[in-house]
Amino acid sequence: MPDVQSMVAEFVNKLRKRKIEGSQATAKCTVELLRSVISHQRVPHANQAAALIDAVKAVGQQLVAANPVELAVGNVVRRVLHIIREEDLSLTTAAMAGLDLLDASDDDDIDNCKGIGYPAMSAAVVAAAARSTLRPPSLQTLLEGTPESATVPYTSSSGADSESKTADKSSLTRKLKHDVIEGVNQLIHEISGCHEQIAEQAIEHIHQNEVILTLGSSRTVLEFLCAAKEKKRSFRVFVAEGAPRYQGHLLAKELVARGLQTTVITDSAVFAMISRVNMVIIGAHAVMANGGVIGPVGVNMAALAAKKHAVPFVVLAGSHKLCPLYPHNPEVLLNELRSPSELLDFGEFSDCLDFGAGSGSLQVVNPTFDYVPPNLVSLFITDTGGHNPSYMYRLIADYYSADDLVM
Amino acid sequence: MDTRRGALAVPKVRRVGFFTPTEPPPESSQRPNRSQSGPVEATTSSSPLSDSPSGNLISPVLIPPSRHHSDNLTSHAAAPVPVPGPAAFRRYLAHDRSLHIGSYNAPDSLLGTSPPSSNGEFSEDSVSLFGFQRSDSTKLSASFPNGGFDLTLAVRAPQEPETKIATASASEGKKKIAEVSGKSESVTTKPQKEKEPKSLKDKTTKAERRAIQEAQRAAKGEGKRHADESGKANPGMAAKKPQPKKERPPVTSSVSEKTAVAVEKEKRMDVPQTQMQYDDKSRVDKAKRRAVVEQTEIKNKVELFLHLPQYERGNQLPNLSSSFFTLDTIHHAVYKVGLQHLAGDISGDNARCIAMLQAFQEAIKDYTTPPMKDLTMDLTTKINGYVSFLIECRPLSMSMGNAIRFLKNQIRKLPVNLSEPEAKASLCSDIGRFIDEKIILADKVIVQHAVTKIRDGEVLLTYGFSCVVEMILLYAHEIGKKFRIVIVDARPNLEGQKLLRRLVTRGLDCTYTHINAISYIMREATRVFLGASSIFSNGTLYSKVGTACVAMVANAFSVPVIVCCEAYKFHERVLLDSICSNELGDPDAVANIPSFITKAKQSKMMDNNKNLQFLNLMYDSTPSEYISMIVSDYGMIPPTSIPVIVREYRRENLLL
Repeated sequence: MPDVQSMVAEFVNKLRKRKIEGSQATAKCTVELLRSVISHQRVPHANQAAALIDAVKAVGQQLVAANPVELAVGNVVRRVLHIIREEDLSLTTAAMAGLDLLDASDDDDIDNCKGIGYPAMSAAVVAAAARSTLRPPSLQTLLEGTPESATVPYTSSSGADSESKTADKSSLTRKLKHDVIEGVNQLIHEISGCHEQIAEQAIEHIHQNEVILTLGSSRTVLEFLCAAKEKKRSFRVFVAEGAPRYQGHLLAKELVARGLQTTVITDSAVFAMISRVNMVIIGAHAVMANGGVIGPVGVNMAALAAKKHAVPFVVLAGSHKLCPLYPHNPEVLLNELRSPSELLDFGEFSDCLDFGAGSGSLQVVNPTFDYVPPNLVSLFITDTGGHNPSYMYRLIADYYSADDLVM
Repeated sequence: MDTRRGALAVPKVRRVGFFTPTEPPPESSQRPNRSQSGPVEATTSSSPLSDSPSGNLISPVLIPPSRHHSDNLTSHAAAPVPVPGPAAFRRYLAHDRSLHIGSYNAPDSLLGTSPPSSNGEFSEDSVSLFGFQRSDSTKLSASFPNGGFDLTLAVRAPQEPETKIATASASEGKKKIAEVSGKSESVTTKPQKEKEPKSLKDKTTKAERRAIQEAQRAAKGEGKRHADESGKANPGMAAKKPQPKKERPPVTSSVSEKTAVAVEKEKRMDVPQTQMQYDDKSRVDKAKRRAVVEQTEIKNKVELFLHLPQYERGNQLPNLSSSFFTLDTIHHAVYKVGLQHLAGDISGDNARCIAMLQAFQEAIKDYTTPPMKDLTMDLTTKINGYVSFLIECRPLSMSMGNAIRFLKNQIRKLPVNLSEPEAKASLCSDIGRFIDEKIILADKVIVQHAVTKIRDGEVLLTYGFSCVVEMILLYAHEIGKKFRIVIVDARPNLEGQKLLRRLVTRGLDCTYTHINAISYIMREATRVFLGASSIFSNGTLYSKVGTACVAMVANAFSVPVIVCCEAYKFHERVLLDSICSNELGDPDAVANIPSFITKAKQSKMMDNNKNLQFLNLMYDSTPSEYISMIVSDYGMIPPTSIPVIVREYRRENLLL
């Protein structure tokens, strides 16, 4: 337990100091940390799922507080919570299937089973969970769902039910933890493999002699473009340098190393060049539930220019970047101001600044991120395929359970 | 003061001289109206820098009146013998054409008398008289008499070589003159004194024969000749073309002819010239052969911009600066400005334009019309040469193109009866007036207008560095308005830092950011002030790259965009995108990024990779729908009014 605590503290420290760059790396680190938290968590015999959820939530809150701008952390914590809930659900479903084959199949019978103790309880859990995820939404589930879903955690954690489960508890405990870790491992695999999944679709979107504009440095974009290149498509890439951090130069070098025709342009030339560009492809920092995108600084300018010239604006995002939150004033609230020294050398202007009364003041603004409203985005390409901005809320509902939105 | 007057009038004589009424009809018919414009080869020999020694011998200032009288008497009776002093005489000359014979003889009559002392005096006089800034006096003095005299000689030689020799045979300068005139026809070196009359005679007869031929040819088609005229680069054509005009004896007809040409030319000028397209191999090769600046093309060109010059930077500068003292075809002032453009020492459209115009002013001051040439024609060719040199150094901005057009127009519209110093003085004052009125005064008017759009508590956003915007901000601060400024900057030039420094020093509140953060900072802004390089007649704003981004984002955030632009930058071209017409900067400026980000070694290694290119665009075009208002010296107008301004005011105010 103490080593987990120290691991968490270390990771929190890293996040605070912004030592980890890129949402993918952050997401991976977070999942791995959560996995060890789960495996080290001593699970009580009763309501193991709740204990796990509480532990993960506690750690997750620390991590999110450490860097609220890095939305991938929150996303991954929510994903893990969702996994725990699902595993718990499937276990109880399996248990219930063994106990009560007749009733489990049809939820009309739920009311009849209510008072019978454990089997009835699990049936209720199944039904509630089933409503949220497994079954397509219908008017009936909506009508039934609202009161019950609120009671689900309650019923499963109430001490009265635990006595009836004593028979199979040890096997169930081990099973749940094992399944959850299995699920988390799958998540890690998914996060590290999202590049390939996205890159596989490249060939469907890039045609011969295309001119593509990109901005900032994103591994997803790099893999996407290279995948198209490997499939013998020849096209040109314009890379905007991304001024204060010059990540465009890094991307350009990697693209050139892989044999792509690359031209580096200044950020100010984006508008000038966009009229000759067929597609803008960028990697997102995070995708919000409304379909808005948070990306490297300067993206909004490119998106506006693309809109003006009717150039498709394509956003590549792994599923760990999908954030279930709706943004409010994201340019300011989900942004981060970096050091002014990236724009002006320290002390360069100290000679003309007289800090006495009546003299001028000098502020330097150096934001990290930019927000693109959903109406400027043409297409999202995630590891599950291409989606419209207006569909993102639904996609996100697949990955997260509604209970975890507020941690 | 009197002597100054005299100096002023002397060259005027040469022009008038061709129309002597007393001349015998056949001869006068062959008197070349435009005989001054001889073969172009002569220009090199008579360029102000090279032939100052020959000029030293001639000084029109100390003309002894007695000489004149005698001369006039011998040549024809109508001469104004009783003129009391040279000054009055000259003044009179300026009005009366019949007087020229005597006067054009004036220079050679005193050739040997007092060359050295008069030199400086004359130049100084002329300087003060014409309102020139103090310049290289020797050059100036050298240039004046040389041109004037050669012309007179050329006219005079056929009709009465004997008399001339009689009057001035003793003079040393005579020889020089003969030499010069000889050069104009064929390059002869130092003809001997005895041979002078003969050679002159031969030449004139040849010239006459050719004149007749040319006259016949001229009758065939006027239009063809105009076409030839436009191809000034061809020296042969330039030499032949003016000669047919000799056939037209009456002054009035030739003048009207000239105006007709001018009108036609003007019509042609109305059609905007197409720019040089650098993907046209043959034309580029042709241009290269003429080029003074040796440019090496960069290896890794951007395919999309093959039509623009893509040269390597920095390597030709040492070469050029070392040849500064040996150059002959390019005037040193122009050369200096060209080098400054090449090195990027002058930036900003107004600064570049003013520097260029002042260099032209210098060049015109030092200019001498070579023998057998017409000032209008020759000066235009000269200016064209300067302009193409400047283009080699750095492509001209639209405003500079406008200024050059203005200058050429002024040259073309010079009255025929103007003497050379007068013509030069009027050109110089025209240039000065252009700078004052169209740039400096215009800026003041713009500031007055724009300041009314600034209210207390506003946040003004500006992009890059524009001197007009700087003036507006400083003036608004001066008159006590309270506002904040956001300066948006962009790589690689980072001109905004210059503006930032100036404004902060003056005590204004500034916020500085990069263009990428524009949508972050735009929510704070209440107005956007932009400078311009040019505004085209479809309302497109052509300005420093990034301006379009700023205007677009401002438009998306519903912030009004105010463009400050002097009216001389308006252009009648139309432009839709930033690709067709642009300028490419040094790609290395983009490639080199601050070292704290990456290792320099890596970037060096990548330089040679064929797949990696760096593109440094200099300008972009902003669609007119992003512009709320244009503040110009004609007031505050919407972008849709640009074609109206160009059409209505250009003709009267700019090109007049």
